[in-house]
Amino acid sequence: MIADNIVHFARVLRDAGFGLGPDRVLAALAAVELVGLRRRGDVHAALSAVMLERHEQQPLFDAAFDTFWRDPKLLEQMMYLLLPKISGRGDKPRPPRANRLAEALSVPRAPDQPNPANATAREEVQFEAQFSFSERERLQKADFESMTRAEYALAKKLAEQLPLPIDPVRRRRHEAASSPRGGARIDLRATLQRMARQPHTLAPLYTRAREETPALVVLLDISGSMERYSRLLLHYVHGLMRRSLRVHTLTFGTRLSHITRCLRERDPDVALRLADAAVRDWKGGTRIASSLHEFNQRWARRLLGANAAVLLVTDGLDRDEHGDLGAAAARLRRLAHQVVWLNPLLRFDGFEAKAAGVRALLPHVDRMLPVHNLASLADLGRALRTPQRPTQFLLH
Amino acid sequence: MSLPLPESVDAVIALLADQNYVCERPLATALFLALKLQRPLFLEGAPGVGKTELAKSLARALATQLLRVQCYEGLDVAQTAYEWNVARQLIEIRLAEAVHDTDRERLTHSLYSRQMLIERPLLRALTQPRSPVLLIDELDRADEPFDAFLLEVLAENQLTIPEYGTVAATAPPITLITSNRTREIHDALRRRCLYHWVDYPSVERELDIVRRKAPGASERLYRQVVEFVQRMRTLDLFKSPGVAETIDWANALLALNTLQLDPASVQDTLGVLLKHQDDLVKMQGGDTAKLLDELRAKALL
Repeated sequence: MIADNIVHFARVLRDAGFGLGPDRVLAALAAVELVGLRRRGDVHAALSAVMLERHEQQPLFDAAFDTFWRDPKLLEQMMYLLLPKISGRGDKPRPPRANRLAEALSVPRAPDQPNPANATAREEVQFEAQFSFSERERLQKADFESMTRAEYALAKKLAEQLPLPIDPVRRRRHEAASSPRGGARIDLRATLQRMARQPHTLAPLYTRAREETPALVVLLDISGSMERYSRLLLHYVHGLMRRSLRVHTLTFGTRLSHITRCLRERDPDVALRLADAAVRDWKGGTRIASSLHEFNQRWARRLLGANAAVLLVTDGLDRDEHGDLGAAAARLRRLAHQVVWLNPLLRFDGFEAKAAGVRALLPHVDRMLPVHNLASLADLGRALRTPQRPTQFLLH
Repeated sequence: MSLPLPESVDAVIALLADQNYVCERPLATALFLALKLQRPLFLEGAPGVGKTELAKSLARALATQLLRVQCYEGLDVAQTAYEWNVARQLIEIRLAEAVHDTDRERLTHSLYSRQMLIERPLLRALTQPRSPVLLIDELDRADEPFDAFLLEVLAENQLTIPEYGTVAATAPPITLITSNRTREIHDALRRRCLYHWVDYPSVERELDIVRRKAPGASERLYRQVVEFVQRMRTLDLFKSPGVAETIDWANALLALNTLQLDPASVQDTLGVLLKHQDDLVKMQGGDTAKLLDELRAKALL
């Protein structure tokens, strides 16, 4: 009886998105057997110890547990409510077919790879169409159009080939080195192994500290003024994640949303659709200061360990009320190993830091990446390729 | 030899209480299950809520050895599991040369024998005659390759050394892993553990803890201290004070012969509770007075 209930309970949780394998269900059965059924609190604690993986799951688990174990009648009702969902697993509504799939099916394959100039031209046409559409309809949802094949190829290429705007950091972990130069150390274990194989050689092997790209936290402004760029940048970030870099992504407009898990999806269209559903404040207003403050308080400690870098993507068009923005940016600078600001609105020549928000942010970033008229992924590529200059002189 | 383990959740609570470790029932349940199901217990929570202390108290309570791996970036096998005693291996080679021993098979065998291994905590945890408590502290500070390396030890209680073979545990260790969440630990590792989020304790529980850990003050002062800290945790601070800070603060007030909280004594000792400049400024700017007023309203001052 109780076994049935636990199996059912696990199934409900699985439908709610918990990753519960059969091993966990078995462990849950054993756990409940061990603590007994006399105290409800013990059963709750036992099941949460076995079934939870992270603290964020707790509220959902508690709600499910309460409903499930309160009353068998209610349980039946709930099961009834869940029934269509459970039985309907086989025939889920199909996700809308991706643009690039339709394209691949209908259009005969292009004879050769389109050259970059060609691709850019095609893209611009498509973007024009998209802009006029979003000008007409101001929806709260981002309504991402799925990617075309050219965009997909370009996004992939950009993410894979372009240098990242952040500096690598030197780790304490060592890797094999060919020469003793540059702070290398002798690897005794490997040397001895070689000596055992080739007894007459005494050539030491070396290791040196490994340099690697640090984890990257992308803070993406998705307010109204940044609307045109969010889709592009999300595609770029998704590409970076597929390149198996450690990338965390948060969006902010009027509130901060963590969308890393959505973007882990391999397919960019599915990933962006999930992100779209998770974020509520597309195209709204901006509160950069309070968003940065919230990031510092709630997320910085969790994401900015091990010399992580921050890529801040915003136009900086916000008022610096009571110096809040400056203070929040200064703290962010202290918490992160490096802060790079990608500003898609500005051109480098003749740029003057006039907006209060820009003036407040500038002293606290290591580097600013200005992108003039970011209209396509190709523009982003150009900006990432050009060497960056320090931000200091912009403030005069 | 496995240890005599507590038979119920209440027994776990009593066992830990003997070591002056006061724990909430859900935590005791998770620990009880970890002991019974022989699974590692993965503890997450804010700093200073007693995650590490739990492992220490448990080792004392079960009268067994505590083996601790303090994690940091770049931690590798040589520092945590085992290392070949290369100096000794080199001597072995020289000795073989001196007596003209050319049997390479035998030499290799003796070079990679058990005597040549230097045991580090993870390997030592597997070779003890009596189950030790293995504490992997602040796992979030280590980098991801180390998580992957831990999987075998955690799931199978064994360790594979390429040159030597597999070492299986004689008595399975009781493994506790702690994390402050400065990095997300991989799901593969979470899956192999029982999970518990250690929260700040309730007022009553924290009073009990402070009474045990900072003996000698008046009941009134204990209550003031705990209520003050509990209220502080509801403020928007960068780092809320943990239980460890509460205990330190009570001890600090005792050392200064404070009989009851007043603005001056709080101001002087605030550095014990808060370790960030911004938080200190915030508390000095009127929040201290507000909290003291609240205590006064509750007739605690």
